Amino acid sequence: MDFLNAIIVLFNFTVIPALAYGSQLALGAIFVTLIYAVLRFANFATGDMMSFGTMFAVILTYYFQSLGFGLGVLPTALLTIPFAVLMMILYMLIIDKFVFSYYRIKKSPPVQFAMVSVGVMFVTQALIRIIIGPSDRRFLDGEKFIIKATEFKEMTGLAEGITLKSTQAITIIVTLIVVSIMFWFLNRTKTGTSMRAYSDNEDLALLSGIDPKRVVLITWVIAGILATIGGVLYGLDKSYRPFVYFNNMLPIFAAAIVGGIGNPFGAFLGGYVIAFAEIFVTYAYKRFISYLLPEHLEPDSLLQLLSTDYKFAVSFSILVIVLLIRPSGIFKGKVI
Amino acid sequence: MRNYKNVIAAYSIMIFLIILVGIFQSWSIALTILNYCLISAVMTIGANIQWGYAGLINFGIMGYTALGGLAVVLVSVEPVKKAWQVGGLNILACIWIIVAIIFIVKFILNRFDKSKLRNYSVASLILGGIILLRVTAAPGIEAIESVDPARTGFLGGMGLPVLFSWIFGALLAGSLAFVIGKIALGLRADYLAIATLLIAEIIVSIIKHEEWLARGVKNVIGLKRPAPYEINLQTSDWFINLVTKFNSSKLNLINSISDKQEALNQMVIDASSVYVKLCFTGLFLTVVIILLIVTQKALYSPWGRKMRAIRDNEEAASAMGKNIVKEHLLIFILGSAIVGLAGAMMVTNDGLFTPGSYRPMRYTFVIWVMVIVGGTGNNFGAILGGFVVWFLWVEAAPIALFLINLFTSHLPETNAVRVHLIESAPYFRFLVIGIGLLLIMRYRPQGIIPEKIIKQ
Repeated sequence: MDFLNAIIVLFNFTVIPALAYGSQLALGAIFVTLIYAVLRFANFATGDMMSFGTMFAVILTYYFQSLGFGLGVLPTALLTIPFAVLMMILYMLIIDKFVFSYYRIKKSPPVQFAMVSVGVMFVTQALIRIIIGPSDRRFLDGEKFIIKATEFKEMTGLAEGITLKSTQAITIIVTLIVVSIMFWFLNRTKTGTSMRAYSDNEDLALLSGIDPKRVVLITWVIAGILATIGGVLYGLDKSYRPFVYFNNMLPIFAAAIVGGIGNPFGAFLGGYVIAFAEIFVTYAYKRFISYLLPEHLEPDSLLQLLSTDYKFAVSFSILVIVLLIRPSGIFKGKVI
Repeated sequence: MRNYKNVIAAYSIMIFLIILVGIFQSWSIALTILNYCLISAVMTIGANIQWGYAGLINFGIMGYTALGGLAVVLVSVEPVKKAWQVGGLNILACIWIIVAIIFIVKFILNRFDKSKLRNYSVASLILGGIILLRVTAAPGIEAIESVDPARTGFLGGMGLPVLFSWIFGALLAGSLAFVIGKIALGLRADYLAIATLLIAEIIVSIIKHEEWLARGVKNVIGLKRPAPYEINLQTSDWFINLVTKFNSSKLNLINSISDKQEALNQMVIDASSVYVKLCFTGLFLTVVIILLIVTQKALYSPWGRKMRAIRDNEEAASAMGKNIVKEHLLIFILGSAIVGLAGAMMVTNDGLFTPGSYRPMRYTFVIWVMVIVGGTGNNFGAILGGFVVWFLWVEAAPIALFLINLFTSHLPETNAVRVHLIESAPYFRFLVIGIGLLLIMRYRPQGIIPEKIIKQ
């Protein structure tokens, strides 16, 4: 019984949150990695683009709520995602047309692209703050919990309970659906194949008649879908604050590089690697251990490797270690 | 002289703008802007050395700025004796443990060949070391943080004059840059950018959360100053006489004695803050001029030519027998040390150390915009970039407010759009900076004052 309790404690406080957080990171990391693979630059506007897409979802959610639309137990935000995605793709295409395409045609070095994306980051951040303001916004409605700790305890008769928030379940399910569709698209369809060809060798791809404009367009469309969905899921789970999204860019980058930049599957797993590492290293194992050990051996301290203040630092340290030992990432990405 | 025409023109416009602020807003604000412009200029000189001279992309400027700020606390604050008594021993022991771990790891790496066993033993040594550190440090940290936590709760500094901290800040940032450079400089450009960005974030989070070191997010206030305090100036006779002398014509117009005294008091208060800021301006200007002379000399020396050669063609330079790794490391350290100096200057100017305020937006990306806008590889350009961008960053909000009021003047006061726009006026600075960067990158990628190669 104690063993079961210990497992449930661990599951409730580390595995479920890490799965949800990892899914959000994974979507962002695939976004980073796709842009890196096809358009060949590190996009420093990642966090703010996700925030921009989420902003539309937040505004539309408020609008739908005022009209009385809703999905019942599910959050209204899910209904707004398609519209938000459309707006996001439109914004990305405008940015690409007026900013990035010029450098792509000129074949500028990646560093220049990165600097340009910093400019896009500033502009996007300004637009978000001017349109919706910098304050904290909650736009979650519908049922909050799927399983509550007390219900779980009553059901099983255990001392510890599992809490499953509906946002966590939605995050994990939606991520799995989106990512599987994306992988199917990349690996099985003709357009996906042409994208991968373009990413592997641009000249050969052009030679075999692949239209670069179409590839770029499709990339931005997929990027818009990933960015918006990732952003909305994060916003539903925590809350929507423009500033936080900018900070999230850093673990997302870490996830993309740890998984091997340019490799979508690596980025997907990288998101979970970062999330699990962050949560496992900063979790206090006292309660977990006290179930496993006999009573007189119970530890006094919290048994925490690092305090939660260093959550971000953990993921960055992992990144630095990976860069040092295996610069191409866990799954071989583009070779540096 | 013709070559310098555009430089002189650009700087004259900049100084004219600051004087305009002085006339329309107040001289105190104008001097504040000027001081921050000078600090930004030091930062851009540092970033320009790395990016313009050597093509190294360092997005970790925030980390070095924060370290420079930390140096001010460590050098100038009086030591907290009680904290040293209760926990100093543990902290010193920790420092020795860290040194010991580094040497043992180094020894193992040198002594044994590459093998799985070696990797595992190094990893387990580091892990064991961290656990040992935590066990040793925990009681000490707890004791230190409980010493009068509202006012101190940290070890304090060395109690030296604050100007020493500028040198110490540069040294601290430079030595950290040595470690980071050893780790990260082998990476390709955009990886280096991301890695340095993340490492800077780690540094700031350590400074934020290790409260025994510099109070963390509880901030250190009331730091020493290399300039006189306003309150002392306001009570000293020579200063009041000076103010009276300067404003004698204005004061003579006032007839009643009590009114005259009141006007004089107000003038003394205003003048004292201007005087203090002028002292800072003098100090900062000296630093900027010294740095400018040194960096200009370096740029046109054989060393500068070597750096440009490495930047423009690494393979060719290495074929000529130049040690690229070593030169990159050197320039990484030099640039970071200058940024650390700027960080120390900034905290000295503010008189307070607030680790919570170090954000990559303000301390990394804005500085980078300064370098790109001003002109990479040209020190005059970089400094001008610091001036222009800082000026825009500060003045964008008032200008935006003015424009919003102008364009929405036909709308009623309570119009939702107008109210919303007026509320979001502070955020127009991001828009201005972003669009400015994009325009410069597109139409003048070499910056306002481009790099000039003098053929010798």
